[in-house]
Amino acid sequence: MSEHLPILQVVVPLLAGPLCLLLRHRLLVRGLATAVPLACLTIAGLLLHRVQQVGAISYHIGGWAPPLGIEYRIDLANAYVMVIVSAIAAVVMPFLPGHMGSAMVRRREHLFYAIFLLALAGLLGISATGDMFNAFVFLEIASLASYSLVALGRHRRALVAAYSYLIIGTIGGTFFLLGIGLMYQMTGTLNMVDLAHRLPEPMSPGTPGSRTVLVAFAFLAVGLSIKLAVFPLHQWLPRAYAHAPSAVSAFLAATSTKVSYYLLVRVVFSLFGAAYVFDALKLDRLLLPLSIVAMFAGSTAAIFQTDLKRLLAYSSVAQIGYMTLGVSLASVTGLTGGLVHLFNHALMKGGLFLAAACYGMRLRSSRIADLAGAGRLMPWTTAAFVTGGLALIGVPGTAGFVSKWYLVLAALEQGRWLVAVLVVASSLLAVAYVWRVVEVAYFADRDAGAHPIKEVPPLLLVPTWILIGATVYFGLRTELTAGVAEAAAGVLWESLR
Amino acid sequence: MSPEQAIAAALLVPLLGAAGVLLCRRRPNVREAVTVLATLLTFGAVASLVPAVTAGGRPGLELFEVLPGLPLAFAVEPLGMLFALVASGLWILTSIYAIGYMRSHHEGHQTRFYACFAVAIAAALGIAFAANLFTLFLFYELLTLTTYPLVTHHGDERARRAGRLYLGLLMATSIVLLLTAIIWTYAVAGTLDFRPGGILAGRADAPLAIVLLLLFAFGTGKAALMPFHRWLPAAMVAPTPVSALLHAVAVVKAGVFTVTKIVLYVFGLDLLRTSGGGEILAWVAAATLLLAAAVATVQDNLKRRLAYSTISQLAYVVLGAALANGTAALGGSLHVAMHAMAKITLFFCAGAIAVTAHKTEVSQLDGIGRRMPITCGAFFLASLSIIGLPPAGGTWSKWFLVLGAADGERWAMVAVLLAGSLLAIGYLMPVVVRAFFYPPPAAGEGHGEAPLLCLLPLTLTALGCVGQFVFAEPLYRLLAPIAGM
Amino acid sequence: MSASILGLWNYWAVIVLMMTGLYIVTARDNLVKKVMGLNIFQVSVIMFYVSMAKVRGGTAPILVEGEETVLYSNPLPHVLMLTAIVVGVATTALALALVVRIQEAYGTVEEDELVRIDDDDG
Repeated sequence: MSEHLPILQVVVPLLAGPLCLLLRHRLLVRGLATAVPLACLTIAGLLLHRVQQVGAISYHIGGWAPPLGIEYRIDLANAYVMVIVSAIAAVVMPFLPGHMGSAMVRRREHLFYAIFLLALAGLLGISATGDMFNAFVFLEIASLASYSLVALGRHRRALVAAYSYLIIGTIGGTFFLLGIGLMYQMTGTLNMVDLAHRLPEPMSPGTPGSRTVLVAFAFLAVGLSIKLAVFPLHQWLPRAYAHAPSAVSAFLAATSTKVSYYLLVRVVFSLFGAAYVFDALKLDRLLLPLSIVAMFAGSTAAIFQTDLKRLLAYSSVAQIGYMTLGVSLASVTGLTGGLVHLFNHALMKGGLFLAAACYGMRLRSSRIADLAGAGRLMPWTTAAFVTGGLALIGVPGTAGFVSKWYLVLAALEQGRWLVAVLVVASSLLAVAYVWRVVEVAYFADRDAGAHPIKEVPPLLLVPTWILIGATVYFGLRTELTAGVAEAAAGVLWESLR
Repeated sequence: MSPEQAIAAALLVPLLGAAGVLLCRRRPNVREAVTVLATLLTFGAVASLVPAVTAGGRPGLELFEVLPGLPLAFAVEPLGMLFALVASGLWILTSIYAIGYMRSHHEGHQTRFYACFAVAIAAALGIAFAANLFTLFLFYELLTLTTYPLVTHHGDERARRAGRLYLGLLMATSIVLLLTAIIWTYAVAGTLDFRPGGILAGRADAPLAIVLLLLFAFGTGKAALMPFHRWLPAAMVAPTPVSALLHAVAVVKAGVFTVTKIVLYVFGLDLLRTSGGGEILAWVAAATLLLAAAVATVQDNLKRRLAYSTISQLAYVVLGAALANGTAALGGSLHVAMHAMAKITLFFCAGAIAVTAHKTEVSQLDGIGRRMPITCGAFFLASLSIIGLPPAGGTWSKWFLVLGAADGERWAMVAVLLAGSLLAIGYLMPVVVRAFFYPPPAAGEGHGEAPLLCLLPLTLTALGCVGQFVFAEPLYRLLAPIAGM
Repeated sequence: MSASILGLWNYWAVIVLMMTGLYIVTARDNLVKKVMGLNIFQVSVIMFYVSMAKVRGGTAPILVEGEETVLYSNPLPHVLMLTAIVVGVATTALALALVVRIQEAYGTVEEDELVRIDDDDG
């Protein structure tokens, strides 16, 4: 049984999705949908544990040996990502039934769960697979499911947001596919390990294939950057996250961009190798300024938002900048910072969007101005929001500080003190946008005529606080985050060769 | 109680007290009793550490490693001991004073007030006992955040604007400058532990040391070195007990304490001297000292005047550290205690006058000494301590500071120190003179002395100023090791 | 030079298709037309894979008894494209479903009108 864990990780949610359609019965579906992410989390935890002890696991689907057969290859890096993805899925689950937007969705809950589980299957599949084309298929499964989830938002704008997300996402996916094709053309393989071995030959400058490989890399990188919402390819993200149901935003913000980041890192470091990407192509010269611009532009835009979810979404653009900065610093410490931030940001943004979902449930609005009086009337939700906000700022004792620590350290190691200063300076913008919300929630009084509000039930508070509590816990104990991320960065850095 | 337990208790009791305050929010009397009990227990725990530290012990407590090589750890050394004693001791009196003040002023949100106050004290003690820069930074930020609700206590537009300035300035300096300096130090030295003699000595060359020193000094916004001082006058919108304990003692002392500790245990006096960084820092401090004192003389609002006086007096401590010799460092450290006792008295008096006579401006105080003789008498004694005249404790700290400057033949600095004291006469004595010698306004006003709960603490702290003059010896013995004496 | 440019005509076809698709996606306001553009864009990549697999003179990869050495085209890209076509169909279906919903909710599928309606909403 245990040797089949890598495939179970993906197949369980993949089968559970359609099963929801067959079951239809509300309680059965809810039970299944709650159990599956927990099962995935267990499997991911077991895998991470195994990988930590014995190193990478290779699983051959159907017994066909790679590179011909499809291989699932679990190492520290993707085991770590899968733990995050399934943990977030398990935590947001209680939010999904009660909170969903329209009555239509509530009547057809089983459809919703089917899509959600497919999204989860896709995200886990991207992480688990060791085959590039397989990764593309899962990327599209996850994306298609995400488009549908975004479209479920309460307001009709969600439809338009989902549509434009679909268009830009499909362009990104197709670029990715084209990149794979070009790589296949030069190497005749789709297996990641095999690619890592075969790419260096056509890659070396002067050979006839070198230009093709370069184009392949460009398409892969741009395609994934779209999915990851790297500045300036980020425009879809604020719209999608602002109009999706809050719980969906929490799930997507915490997982979808993270998995794309993982795949980008995998392609950059494991397939092509840091020597090619940074020494020969000088990708850092492009990505580093873009990351910094993302940090500032995203946060600045967040400051001027009047809608809470939009604010959080723009903050995501900035936080993705921190993650890509980790890549562009081109060192193990930098990559550690990026990976740690992947984990930490999943926790904080997930928790913050869940808090926004709590607000949305009671206030029936996500406008910041409507939060007036929430500090007194919804004290636990607001406390969660403030704590999550502090983590975004990077206050010591929260997870955000740990990420920032590694990024600044990585910058200083290379003597790039200006980058270091910019990283810390950008967190001041986070102070500004977080405090705008804090001031309204605590100091403004709720209109006398507004409908009465009270704290949300524990069923919703507990998941929110699990994530928010985790940001504090992982701000103080970092063996599980920074420790694993450092090891994972090492694994990625050494490439698959 | 073992020293480890005492350290843990000192940090935990205020937090438990805060939790207790929140639980008893519906019963004010129980709530206040919880606060006072917490203050007493905390002070007990802190005081129980004194004998061990005076005897040369350095009790410590290591919790766990947060990042590789960076544990959350505490270690009590003389300077931190002194700061902890001052903060926890004055917390007792401030709590009593706060009960009187908050009730006579009919302030709202008292539960939040007492709870945040207690957490702020826990944060201040965490700073005092921090064994490394990381732990210190953690509690430093916690202190900023927990004092924010206190500054914005009234919640009106004015308080909010002050809160923005407060948080913005303190966060901006600490995140951009201090954090950069900390991580840079870690990258250079490979550790952030406080060690006698410094961790940068031999690892950083002179230009780097100067850059780091300035990053640290300005990054510690709580030390209120100009031009990052404006948060302190802004914070005066808070209720007076907050201004008294936090913005005359805990928060600002946390700032100068941090600077002194960094100078002593991260740079080391030798590196400070040889790199030339001390010289630059000394001039920055001297400029702040004189400018702030000059600004204080023209402030009409009493609390603002005291705030600028605090900025000036804080610069004394920084200057003491920057002069880079043992005697001056001792004087600066002593000044932490002396100034705390004196300034808290002054704020208590200002608050007592505001509560009783509803007067906040210096120009309104004509003849008030006749109605409130005890309050104004206490004000006079505390002023002497700030100025540095006997029979008040400030005499000793200024004495050692001047001695230290003279030892190093830094005559310009001697002149600055003395000029600062002259200016202090200029901004404090007019208040006393007005209160006692100016005729009261014609229309008689129906108030007498301040409420007893306000009067008692301010009398005790005023007597404390004198006590510090008469019984300075234990303080000296506690601090002697850091001066290498 | 010209030989290599003309010799790679299949790539030129792919590029022309791709740019046509992208142009339609960005330049058209009608949401249905955008979907069409997206389809053309996706098809260009499918053509790329298929043409890449073609071996001159090759036939279908079927083993015939007696003939040991059959020259056949690479079947793998074809198989991959079967999956890619499925993905494309799913995407199109979802996109059209969204367009239908948008038409129901807004009464139009013209992007500029949608923007105007949303702006009027404030």
